[in-house]
Amino acid sequence: MRKSLMIASILAMTGFAAVVLAPAKPAFAGDQLTVTSWGGALQKSMRGAYFEPFSKVTGIKVTEDEWNGEIAKIRAMVESKTVSWDVVDGDRRSAIQLCNEGILEKIDWTRLGLDRSKFIGGDKYDCGVPSFISATVVAYDKDKLPNGPKTMADLFDLKKFPGKRGLWKNPYQNLEWALVADGVATKDVYAVLSTPEGVDRAFKKLDTIKKDVVWWEAGAQPPQLLADGQVVMTSAWNGRVYDAIKNSGKHFGIMWDAEMWGADLWVIPRGGPRLDDAYKFIAFASSAQAQADLTHYISYGPTNKDALALVDAPILPDLPTAPEHMANSIETNHAFWAERGDELRQRFTAWLAK
Amino acid sequence: MSTTVVQIAGEPDTVPLRLKLQRIERRRKLKAVTLVLPLLLFILFAFVLPIGQMMFNAVHDSTLLTLMPRTTAALRAWDGKDLPDEVAYAALAGDLSQAWEQKTMGAIGKRMNYELPGTGSEFTSSAQKARTLSAGPYKAALIEISPLWARHDVWSLLKRGSSAYTAYYLLRSVDYQYGPDSQIVASPPDNSIFRMIFLRTLGISIAVTAATLLLGFPLAYLLATLPPKTSNLLMIMVVLPFWTSLLVRTTAWVVLLQQHGVVNDVLLALHLISQPAELIYNRVGTVLAMTHIQLPFTLLPIYSVMKTIPPIHVRAARSLGAGPFYAFWKVYFPQTLPGIAAGCLLTFILCLGYYITPALVGGPNDQMISYFVAHYTNEELNWGMASALGAILLTATLLLYYVFNKLVGVDRIKLG
Repeated sequence: MRKSLMIASILAMTGFAAVVLAPAKPAFAGDQLTVTSWGGALQKSMRGAYFEPFSKVTGIKVTEDEWNGEIAKIRAMVESKTVSWDVVDGDRRSAIQLCNEGILEKIDWTRLGLDRSKFIGGDKYDCGVPSFISATVVAYDKDKLPNGPKTMADLFDLKKFPGKRGLWKNPYQNLEWALVADGVATKDVYAVLSTPEGVDRAFKKLDTIKKDVVWWEAGAQPPQLLADGQVVMTSAWNGRVYDAIKNSGKHFGIMWDAEMWGADLWVIPRGGPRLDDAYKFIAFASSAQAQADLTHYISYGPTNKDALALVDAPILPDLPTAPEHMANSIETNHAFWAERGDELRQRFTAWLAK
Repeated sequence: MSTTVVQIAGEPDTVPLRLKLQRIERRRKLKAVTLVLPLLLFILFAFVLPIGQMMFNAVHDSTLLTLMPRTTAALRAWDGKDLPDEVAYAALAGDLSQAWEQKTMGAIGKRMNYELPGTGSEFTSSAQKARTLSAGPYKAALIEISPLWARHDVWSLLKRGSSAYTAYYLLRSVDYQYGPDSQIVASPPDNSIFRMIFLRTLGISIAVTAATLLLGFPLAYLLATLPPKTSNLLMIMVVLPFWTSLLVRTTAWVVLLQQHGVVNDVLLALHLISQPAELIYNRVGTVLAMTHIQLPFTLLPIYSVMKTIPPIHVRAARSLGAGPFYAFWKVYFPQTLPGIAAGCLLTFILCLGYYITPALVGGPNDQMISYFVAHYTNEELNWGMASALGAILLTATLLLYYVFNKLVGVDRIKLG
């Protein structure tokens, strides 16, 4: 009796220990590839232009996941050797930071079979392949504001445009725009922001609209905020606004002045079990044809220089890469944010909570 | 009498009764332990261990000690007055090249950025350049590479790194930090928010507790005094939302309170207001939604205590000449106090840890301390800060519980 009880309890204990200590293994196996992107209209477009055609051509099933730039997740995956995201569509800031920390695979361009020089910004990143160019713009509802904002100063002008504004809950873009609205030329923004006085100036400008800001965190929120009438205008990713206009029939307008553009990057978290397939996928999604196909779904600009020729002419003016939009624009300076991001984020978080 | 003794002594192989009893007793104990063991282990692994780990993380940080072993060792002898001597600089050069080789500059730079913003990237670039140094004297060469290494506060930070324990995170959590000579100074106003956030957490919790009590007490009284048929129906209406997911209830408030939501539309249609009122993404929405969620927690203990109060007490008081209010206040109300104490304590402590509701219906000014714990865990990956804030919240909660116990007495509270 006693012996059996002891055996039972030992068994129970070891069983418990096994449950607690056994590392969680990714549950997928076989020809499945997990690609993680930003959800919403973007992911839907990628599904149409990349995931489904890729599965059709190669027979590799694509499992999708979503993220909102939480680099901590990737770091934790790689550090605990439980990488379940094979390919991630990352923003450049995350890609630079994670690359420096050795969290990402270095891209072997010969293995991809692609010409690195054909990609906008391709030479700048060791751990990523530029995937598309998007921009953050100011969107507004044409039904409510027939004479919408024309310049960045209008976003900060509560007299001319009373009401709430939506802004991304993040220091980047907001600080740059605050300076532009305060009269800094788009090309000088980062020079001014590098000085302590410039940072103070940006926060001071943001102070003027702070009580009228609705802060959004996920890219799907701004079109919703506009549609619900929660805000009169909002910063938004241009592709999301385009999707709301095209597919949901909204009368949204886009103000392209001081658009902040940048490329996303395909990255591969280090130590994933399906490296070969990950390369195959990135090669497929970076081909000129696939990138041109993406513009049928969403108005993001291709990074592959060959793709522009394949883009339909009527779509071109909706892309952030259109020459008239690029005239007065800011290329997000990720080197600046990699260097000063920690400090400015801390200050922004504190500023926000006050 | 003596014969029995002889008898037992004469039979050596029979076990004495006392031993037999002991054995049975031990077996029973073992059985009890075996039954309790799974839960005990579960609590140990899922509760005590993580919380202990969290408390430990709040004061333990060996980043600099393990990643810059030579420098931190050399700095033990440094008096902290002028710049350190050549030995420390030579050690630094060794650590820098090791950091470059092992790709740990990012982690070190991140740690340095916490305390001295802007030094992280300077550190990374100097680690890159320091690879070219092969022979001394290192001091002048390193200062030449980066002015960082002539900064006294940087060296003070590295010296503090020679201990695996740091008070930095706890200090930051109450708006203090280390100055250039490792003395404790107040954080700059741009970054000092946590004392305010703790007070805010406390304020919102008190407001919600008071609101649930004001709403819950009359309702509990009604439920306890109505005939069962009606009170059961009312009870279901109280408990039904209680069974709905917290997230669903919170989102329902968004639908109700938003600018063009149900409440505003009705008020506008009735011409009670001319512009939509701001009901959400501010303190009003936060307290409203939290009060709704917490109401059953305050109400149910009060209700179950009220159920046990015999109605004849009040009737006796009335028959002895007390007015209706006097009888209620002097006879009935004091008997409900244990229920009130239990309900309020439950609600108050649950409120201290609220996260999702303020995040969804509150504005940036309404975020409570849990929001910052989540922020540091998920977004900044600064586990030290997250742990320190969590540890302070836990300690504050225990302290409040202790004070409550002294004032009211936990043995006096009743959950039913």
